[in-house]
Amino acid sequence: MRSPLTMRLALLFGLLVLAFPGHALTIAAASSLRQVMPELEAAFEQQHPDTPIRVIHGASGKLATQILNGAPYDLFLSADDTYPRRLAEQGAGATEPEPYAVGRLALWQGDPQRPALMPEELAGSDIHKIAIAQPRHAPYGLRAREVLQALDLWQLLQPRLVYGENIGQTAGMVESGAADAGLIAWSLTFTPGLSGRPYTLIDQRLHSPLTMAMVITREGADLPDARRFHDFMLSTEAQAILVRYGFEAPTRN
Amino acid sequence: MPELSPQDWQAIAVTLKLCALTTAILLVLATPLAWWLAHRQSPSRTVVQALVALPLVLPPTVLGFYLLIALGPRGPVGQTLEAMGLTHLAFSFEGILVASVIYSLPFAVQPLLEAFRHLGARPVEVAASLGAGPLDRLFTVILPLCRGGFIVAATLTFAHTLGEFGVILMLGGSIPGETQVLSVLIYDYAEAMDYAAAHRLSLGLLIFAFVVLVTVYSFNRRFDGVRP
Repeated sequence: MRSPLTMRLALLFGLLVLAFPGHALTIAAASSLRQVMPELEAAFEQQHPDTPIRVIHGASGKLATQILNGAPYDLFLSADDTYPRRLAEQGAGATEPEPYAVGRLALWQGDPQRPALMPEELAGSDIHKIAIAQPRHAPYGLRAREVLQALDLWQLLQPRLVYGENIGQTAGMVESGAADAGLIAWSLTFTPGLSGRPYTLIDQRLHSPLTMAMVITREGADLPDARRFHDFMLSTEAQAILVRYGFEAPTRN
Repeated sequence: MPELSPQDWQAIAVTLKLCALTTAILLVLATPLAWWLAHRQSPSRTVVQALVALPLVLPPTVLGFYLLIALGPRGPVGQTLEAMGLTHLAFSFEGILVASVIYSLPFAVQPLLEAFRHLGARPVEVAASLGAGPLDRLFTVILPLCRGGFIVAATLTFAHTLGEFGVILMLGGSIPGETQVLSVLIYDYAEAMDYAAAHRLSLGLLIFAFVVLVTVYSFNRRFDGVRP
């Protein structure tokens, strides 16, 4: 039984090992960037066709922890500026955190037949489950909690809250109907096929700003492509794409 | 059959490579371990048996968490590797390979242990008395007589590694071409609300898992019949 099977397996590994490419630009991007990222990548690749890019999405807090634990990400696009600053403080960043966009929260519903809700109406009796992202490591979750606290609904709605691991999963909870409504990133309402779902943009004065910042990691410090993508994010072209997907331009100081 | 994307194929390649390497490594490691467990009556045997079975009981997050700490740049294994001029193992293919070997260990040991117990010590003793050396005994007595056990161990290890998720997610992240295995890619698709993509991979895995189990059970039956 040993020889033929083992040999065939050995041949298979050989082929698989050969099939793997060398170093690509690895970008860790906040889940709120999921819908916009393919377009940003395409625009960047048009200018730099020889740069293979791979993108890993996740909650910003989780990605920052992974970077601190040695994940090979070259550029970190966070959904806030706290995590990039933390990386810089702990010596895991090679650049100062640079704001590239401002995110917006939206109150989203899965049922296209219903009228858009105002956040104050969340206390209504027909809303059984409300999805937010985990405030502990997802910036949009933290802001969602601030909004509910500002409206004095946090305590009242406690029993109805369900938590997504990141904002993408949170949106999925609403989309699938598992939750009746959710406080998600406005950018995720631009998911293909889901644009008809009712949403209300949340007043930015109800939460601390979602200033989204990026940082080149120590891993990517010597990689020219990391710097190129970093600068590309601030270009007029990238900024225009971001605005089309529900982000606002960062305020320059 | 719906069209698979390049990312799907990349994940399939990573997954197959991980499953095949894990299976090969585990067959080599688990054979002596299972033999020892089958024939030793010392008190340490119980402790070793419990250690082998731990991954069955522990949540994958516990294993993933400790492996991340141990294999990462600040952990004992990671630091030792870095001191030797190598790189640490967190978020790398080698890292998830180590994790898979540990995670699937009981699935390789258990069927072999069963087969070795059925075999008993006698055939090997007879072979030794006839002058067969240890390697000779392994290849001409143990392997042919316990063929069914080896096939079941290999298949279960392969299949269990295929179904691995939590440990890989914690230790490997989701790096395409490196640590993004099928189960993690499906999770990623579901998070992106790309249900069509999640569905085509999930359905494929479902069918594959079913075929694997049917294979295992049919082998089990066939070899039950020829056991002494």
